[in-house]
Amino acid sequence: MSKPFYEVGAEEVKPLSVLSPEGTIVNEQYMPALTDDQLRELLRRMVFTRVWDERAVNLGRQGRLGFYAPVSGQEGTMIASEFALNKDDFVCPGYRDMPQIVWHGLPMYQAFLYSRGHQHGGQIPQDVHVLMPQIIIGAQILHATGVAMAFKKKGEKRVAITYTGDGGSSEGDFYEGLNFAGAFKLPVIFVVQNNGYAITTPFSKQTAAQSIAHKALAAGVTGVQVDGMDALAVYKVVSEAAERARNGGGATLVEALTYRFRPHSMADDATKYRTKEEEAEWEQKDPITRLRNYLTGKGLWSEEEEAKVKEEAKATVAEEIKKAEATEKMTVAGLIDSMYETTPKHLEEQKAEYL
Amino acid sequence: MAQMTMIQAIKDAMRVELARDPNVLLFGEDVGHVGGVFRATEGLQGEFGEDRVFDTPLAESAIGGLAVGLSTQGFRPIAEIQFVGFIYEALDQICVQAARLRYRSGGRYNAPITFRTPIGGGVKAAELHTDPLEGLLVQTPGLKVVYPSNPYDAKGLLISSIRDNDPVFFLEHLNLYRSFRAEVPEGEYTVPLGKANVVREGKDVTVITYGAMVHTSLKAAEELEKSRGVSVEVIDLRTLMPLDIDTIVESVKKTNRAVVVQEAQKTAGIAAEVIAQINEKAILHLEAPVLRVAPPDTVYPFAQIEDQWIPNPARVVAGIEKVLDF
Repeated sequence: MSKPFYEVGAEEVKPLSVLSPEGTIVNEQYMPALTDDQLRELLRRMVFTRVWDERAVNLGRQGRLGFYAPVSGQEGTMIASEFALNKDDFVCPGYRDMPQIVWHGLPMYQAFLYSRGHQHGGQIPQDVHVLMPQIIIGAQILHATGVAMAFKKKGEKRVAITYTGDGGSSEGDFYEGLNFAGAFKLPVIFVVQNNGYAITTPFSKQTAAQSIAHKALAAGVTGVQVDGMDALAVYKVVSEAAERARNGGGATLVEALTYRFRPHSMADDATKYRTKEEEAEWEQKDPITRLRNYLTGKGLWSEEEEAKVKEEAKATVAEEIKKAEATEKMTVAGLIDSMYETTPKHLEEQKAEYL
Repeated sequence: MAQMTMIQAIKDAMRVELARDPNVLLFGEDVGHVGGVFRATEGLQGEFGEDRVFDTPLAESAIGGLAVGLSTQGFRPIAEIQFVGFIYEALDQICVQAARLRYRSGGRYNAPITFRTPIGGGVKAAELHTDPLEGLLVQTPGLKVVYPSNPYDAKGLLISSIRDNDPVFFLEHLNLYRSFRAEVPEGEYTVPLGKANVVREGKDVTVITYGAMVHTSLKAAEELEKSRGVSVEVIDLRTLMPLDIDTIVESVKKTNRAVVVQEAQKTAGIAAEVIAQINEKAILHLEAPVLRVAPPDTVYPFAQIEDQWIPNPARVVAGIEKVLDF
């Protein structure tokens, strides 16, 4: 029986894939227009980030990093979505989204300093258009709407992009942000990396909505679903969203179906809530394997090239963590002076105890 | 010089700053077309256009977050939260996101945002419309909190707040919006943040207070002058964070006795902080313990018994007498 005319509804959505898990083209018409150099650069960044992630996990175990949220598995979404933007677009990341802001220009040693609780980590260079990763889940979504409103008011053809996870899509700030973006028709892209788990809570317990992408309907913005393990598909939908935003078409909610290969954080044990079978199934969809196969088939990538990138990544991480460790420790006095433009008298008095 | 109510003075401050600085924006629920539920922004959308003075959808957290995002791109938002109880919905954006932005970006970003909200009881408003929540805000590092008691201060302090490069929460007592007029200069002038004002000079006891309690305390002071010939000094804090302890200490050194009067619940509030600082800086000048006149530690009882709950002149008199007769 069809639903009555007074009941709302929505058709089913299917994620866009451009490449199969084996790396063959399955949707030629959606292939993004990337040059060979761009394709190589995209894969290079993903391979680099995977090595960086491995190294960061080890540095965490050695006590050389503080909080660290692993990214392996999500590179297809993280790297390709940022790659689809311009350098003067603005990134408002969630806690796991360090790769996007580093590829957007934040020096890696500052990412490490941030993890170690050093304020200089967040001293984003003037020409880098990002905020530091947000800890309060969903708060960054509202910042992105504010940034996007600023771009619109100034008549600049820039977009803001923000990231959260499937858990984040249950937050009030998520709905408020989407709704504001719709009401003001703002140039903003909301990327939800649906990796199936909000720490331990499975997506099946997160929402009764057909998909996260459907939540766009309630806000009157465009919603799309994409295979988040397929960097080319992610690039396609995010560049479309950016194009739409730049041309006054408003906001897009992108739901990327992805998986984190590692636990939520260094303190988490994923074996408590995920099966080996499920993990193995997703590893078959590895975004790096997929793009590598495609590029190798086109003669754009080789084992030597991959080995070179991995060495470069290891050397870079080693250098950057050294730089972070060599940075002079922050001080309580400096902390006090960072609270206000001019330190008020009561804080000056408190500071005197630490000089 | 024009005679203005406090709400007119507040609107005038926003008009002055909207005209002076193109980066100033004004937004919130119902602030645009109609000019706010109390008409604090009436006519400003007509004067400055919908691009700069606008209504938002009804979502306080988003109003706060919008302000934070806009502030990173050079704007100077004035964000109105329609009633004080609704700031709970926006506390993350106000107390975490705006107030920490300078710290967490090592100074790369600051948040030159002025949050405004009506506050304060005695007008028989609905539940959660007038609760004295200033203590929540004062406990937030990185935020400044301003609470004027009269039209002149309100305009000068609001202009200072809008120009300040840190986030400021500007609290507007509902009972003072239209209760009296006072002389307010045309155009721009500032009253500095963090500077208290001795509104009545005296030599026997100091009353430290703010907001509507300034007027309650002044009445109590007059009564005591008449009934006992006591000379009461009254200090209007004007800014709750940072607190002007120097003015307080100077007065206490002269009077040797003090009472703090607040509209907010007794425990862990502004009065507690003022007393702690007097203790640190002037204890040897005291002839009696410093007392608090404040409501009990309950929820704010809207409408029916609010007049009994909020300190009145008689309770302030009783508090001062306890200190005098110690």
